[in-house]
This record gives sequence, C-alpha cells and structure tokens, in this order.
Amino acid sequence: MCGHREDAEEVAQETLLKVFENFDQIREPERVRPWVFRIAKNACLMKRRKSVFAPAVELSLDQLMPVRTNADGRVAIEIADWSALPDDLLLKAELRDTLATAIGELPEIYRAVLLLRDLEELSTQETAHILELTEDVVKTRLHRARLAVRQKLDQQLRSPHGATAGKSKQGG
Amino acid sequence: MFALLSDYLDLELPPEACQEIENHLAGCSPCVDFAESLRKTVELCRRYRPSELPSPLGTHAREELHAAYQKMLAARRA
Repeated sequence: MCGHREDAEEVAQETLLKVFENFDQIREPERVRPWVFRIAKNACLMKRRKSVFAPAVELSLDQLMPVRTNADGRVAIEIADWSALPDDLLLKAELRDTLATAIGELPEIYRAVLLLRDLEELSTQETAHILELTEDVVKTRLHRARLAVRQKLDQQLRSPHGATAGKSKQGG
Repeated sequence: MFALLSDYLDLELPPEACQEIENHLAGCSPCVDFAESLRKTVELCRRYRPSELPSPLGTHAREELHAAYQKMLAARRA
C-alpha cells in the first residue's frame, strides 16, 4: 500500500508500536487482524501525506474490457489462451514479475482493496471497515483492480515471448 | 454481466443474478474464456507472495518495539 519499501518498513514499525500501546482496547480477539490493518492503513496515509482532496485515478470498465474495434467497425473480443497454461502459473518467472508489476502499478485506491481482499484474503466487510468505505465501493474497486491485473497478464501472455505466444483467441 | 463477474466468482451474487450469468455463459464461449482468465487472475493474486523477504528491523526499531512491548506487559500486570 505504501508504494516504497523504505516507507513500508517505517509504517510497519509505527503500526506495531500503536498495536502495543492500544492492545488492551481490543475486546473481540477475532477483530485483531482487521484492527491492525486499519492502523497500518492510517499510518500509510500519514506517511504519504496525501490530501483528502487529491483526485484519485479512476479505472473505467470500458478501458478494461478485452475488446478491440476492427477496421470495418466490428467489435471483437481478444483474449490469450489461458487454458494452455500449467496449473501453477507462478512457476513462470516472467508471469510472476508481470503480476508484481501489475499490482504495483494499480492506482492506490484499487491496489489497497486488491491487497486486502485477494492477497490478505480479508472479507468484503472487513476490507470496508479498514478502508472506511461502503461494501459496494469495495466490490466495485476490487473488480476493476482484478480486471486491470488480468489485462496486464493477458498482454504478457499474448506477447511474442509470452507463455501462449501465437495462441490467442478471438471471438465476436 | 461484465460488471458482475467478480461478485459471481466470489459467490456474492443473489441466486437469480447468478443463474442469469450461468445461462449466458452456457451459450457464449468467449465469455467463458474471459471468466476463466479472471478466475485464474484471482487465484494468482491469492497465491502470490513477494519473493524478497523484508529485511530485519534496524537496531533502533527493535529496541523501541521491545520497550513498547515491555511497557504493555507491565501495564497488564498492574
């Protein structure tokens, strides 16, 4: 969430300090994990000193759809052949690097949701509480974040050196 | 349907909406391929772990954390 390793280490330290200082306030043990994440989120925001009025970069569904418009004006779906990939895609270093880059390049408001929901596997409700968002906003941002990451992976797979080079699928 | 795919994969759609998507997928192989690519993307994210482990905290940071931890324990014993 911090975007920079050095900031992340400082945020981790500040988070742990706050956790120790306020641990006795916790009444429900099952709430510890989302509580700690919320402290970390606030520490991260303070670190970046982002203004609450700073415009957030938005991802639109249109830019994330796997379609292209042909010369004749017809719209076609273009997607790599993901079925040809081995089960453990992470064994492929290039794909792994692409995944890391894709996540890192997400606009902050989408990256935060993806990290909490898909990497940390928190629930929609927990994520909404940590980020102080509604559940609907969490779901919307998660979907767009996933689509953006999928798009980057798909581009890698369709590239000349991608895992499924020459095996893209096209449909109307 | 495109906007609801994540909710569908996360089993967070009401049954009627879920059925509507499944009816569509039954007759649209490009959409099936796309849904599968999104599902694999989600699975990749869930299994992803940074290969580089975080470096140990510096001496000062560890001392500060240790002091805070001792203070917390003392307060709980009081």
